[in-house]
Amino acid sequence: MSKILTTEGLPLETSLKKVEQKNKFRAFLLVLPLLLFLIVAYVWPILNLLTRSVDNRLISDLLPQTAIALSNWEGNELPSEDIYKIFYLDLNEAHKQKLSGKVSTRLNYAKNGFKSLINKTRRKLKNFEDGNYKDQFIDLNKKWGDIEYWQAMKVAMPKYTIDKYLGSVDLEKNYSGEIIQKPEKRRIHRTLWYRTFYVALGVTICCLLLAYPIAHLLSTLPLRYSNLLLICVLLPFWTSLLVRTSSWMILLQQQGVLNDILVYFKIVGDKSRLELMYNMTGTFVAMTQILLPFMVLPLYSVMKTIPPSLMRAGSSLGGTPFHSFRKIYFPLTYPGIGAGSLLVFILAIGYYITPALVGGASGTLISNRIAYHMKETLDWSMASAMGTMLLVSVLVLYWLYNKILGIDNIKLG
Amino acid sequence: MPQSSNTFVRFEKIDKSYDGKELVVKNLNLDIAEGEFLTLLGPSGSGKTTTLMMLAGFENPTSGEIYLDKKPISSITPHKRGIGMVFQNYALFPHMTVYENLAFPLRVRKIQNDEIENKINKALDMVSLTNFENRMPNQLSGGQQQRVAVARALVFEPKLVLMDEPLGALDKNLRESMQYELKHIHETLGVTIVYVTHDQGEALTMSNRIAVFNDGYIQQLSSPNELYERPTNSFVARFIGENNIINGTIVESDSKQCKVKTDNDEIIHANPVISNNVGDTTSMSLRPERVLINPSAEIPNKFKAKIEEVIYHGDHTRLRVKLLNQNDFILKVPNASNIFSFENGSELLLGWDSQDCRALDFIDN
Repeated sequence: MSKILTTEGLPLETSLKKVEQKNKFRAFLLVLPLLLFLIVAYVWPILNLLTRSVDNRLISDLLPQTAIALSNWEGNELPSEDIYKIFYLDLNEAHKQKLSGKVSTRLNYAKNGFKSLINKTRRKLKNFEDGNYKDQFIDLNKKWGDIEYWQAMKVAMPKYTIDKYLGSVDLEKNYSGEIIQKPEKRRIHRTLWYRTFYVALGVTICCLLLAYPIAHLLSTLPLRYSNLLLICVLLPFWTSLLVRTSSWMILLQQQGVLNDILVYFKIVGDKSRLELMYNMTGTFVAMTQILLPFMVLPLYSVMKTIPPSLMRAGSSLGGTPFHSFRKIYFPLTYPGIGAGSLLVFILAIGYYITPALVGGASGTLISNRIAYHMKETLDWSMASAMGTMLLVSVLVLYWLYNKILGIDNIKLG
Repeated sequence: MPQSSNTFVRFEKIDKSYDGKELVVKNLNLDIAEGEFLTLLGPSGSGKTTTLMMLAGFENPTSGEIYLDKKPISSITPHKRGIGMVFQNYALFPHMTVYENLAFPLRVRKIQNDEIENKINKALDMVSLTNFENRMPNQLSGGQQQRVAVARALVFEPKLVLMDEPLGALDKNLRESMQYELKHIHETLGVTIVYVTHDQGEALTMSNRIAVFNDGYIQQLSSPNELYERPTNSFVARFIGENNIINGTIVESDSKQCKVKTDNDEIIHANPVISNNVGDTTSMSLRPERVLINPSAEIPNKFKAKIEEVIYHGDHTRLRVKLLNQNDFILKVPNASNIFSFENGSELLLGWDSQDCRALDFIDN
């Protein structure tokens, strides 16, 4: 095929590109500030955090020789004298640079007891004599003769590790690299994951059931009424999340408004006031209320576009109202249901404040655990591993949604 | 004209109000014969669509009763009335194929699958859309969607089909060809059709009878030619076709003819339709094509006119002339004859028969 030329004799494609390039460049300039902001304030920190979940260089940087030595150690019996010596030299070096505290903290994640062990040991490091380090260590503290500590140290040594990911689903690696279940009493995360997904799913379903009729009403009411109702739906958006959650606390607590009313009408006795808060019920109720607008709006925007004549057509053709609803109206709202559910579910699995305030022990979710690791244990690697898993599960959901319903179908208002 | 005289649909003393303050439909009495093509014609807000919606069951009469096949239907829900309906914007189900759209009323009626297929093929054949079964509505042109909507309203063989401005969204040529198609379908199936439109051309082409609505009342109910040739009031005369209106006062009257004095003291012989009392003011209606150029001696009304404007319209020429001091007097001359040549400013002698000049109720311009 010969190339098409413009009147001036240039190839058509080239001159078209030239014209479009200017426009593209202008468009790019418009996006640039936001793009830079996102990269600096969003993308980079997230990537940084994600690398933390696998980055384990801290300990192998602190005890470089020990790391190499332990990687060659089988782990079946106590390490040889050489390894004790290398460990002594590394630890001494770290201690001189005032870094032994970090060593003890990091090793304590690997096995409880390490912190005090290292702390006790480092104070005596100056008393060590040359030669026979193994015996000196064991004399100092007989835990140094316990193979479990050395195995834990070996497992903790690699520069990059998936230990945190294993840990966030209650698995761990033993010294020979096999993946095993954590001891029964130390399993906590899996329950939290199950609970998080259970609550997210439950809240999504509750929101859908509550939002569907409201959205339908909104889309069929005359404009002045629908505006008022829409404001009522949106009102929670304009109130601080913290305020809303606290007001739920006032309503739901045992001496709270709801219980008072129930007692006043003698529905429950004064002695047997309902526990509506600091458990799963509280989380459910408060989260459903808070996330409801995210379900109403997509549904409303989809329903608004369904012409009322369709239902009329259905009934003029002989369909009962229910049949017409099921065959005509309901299928046409799928995009709204999909978008709303996806939105609510994604928001729900990462929800933090509400479960933290009204959830109590049985109502806390995985996000609360992440916060716990961020603030209490300072195990940021663990927190970022769990955060990554949360992010990945959202992406998987998104992918599934795209496969099943098609993301182009989504309508967010 | 109605093919049989038995009443199929009867509106009896129907009033309808939406807000409790204003009546949209006032004391409507209307009989529709079986097999008739009746058009409800009127400007928007005249009550025609409300009337249709009451018949379909989507609105309830505020008082009065509607009878379908002699049975009162006010308390029957729309889906049990068995009335086919074609909506203004087609109202095809966008998530279903053409086939599924047509199958909807049949599946509801629990008809066997092979019979469903038969009926659908027949219906699609009727609107010349064979092989379109698997298309989605949004893959069809406006005209095709319209045909599917018609086929869907007819596929379950209702005895009565309602159409609410079904051709409103189509372009002019398509609209005209669809008019003929609908007319043929009506003739072939013998189904009763109640059709709502604001387009008089559409109404005149297709209907057996036309009910002209205005202000909640039926202004006139008659056949298309009757409506055009013999409007019974000024509203109908002005709404249907073109008109020259001359206002005046009746000075002499008998049952067949009256004399009307115009504002500039000319006397016009007219046909007394509503006004026949001496002293009444009247608006006379005269169709532009009934005005004769150089009329013969027996024509009673003869006036001099001056041509103000000549507009060429292909098949005819329109002349705007100054006559009786009115300079918006229109006449139509067919172009076939080519007897006359018109020039701006030249004078003509015009005249018309007294029967063509209908003295109706007075409406001030």
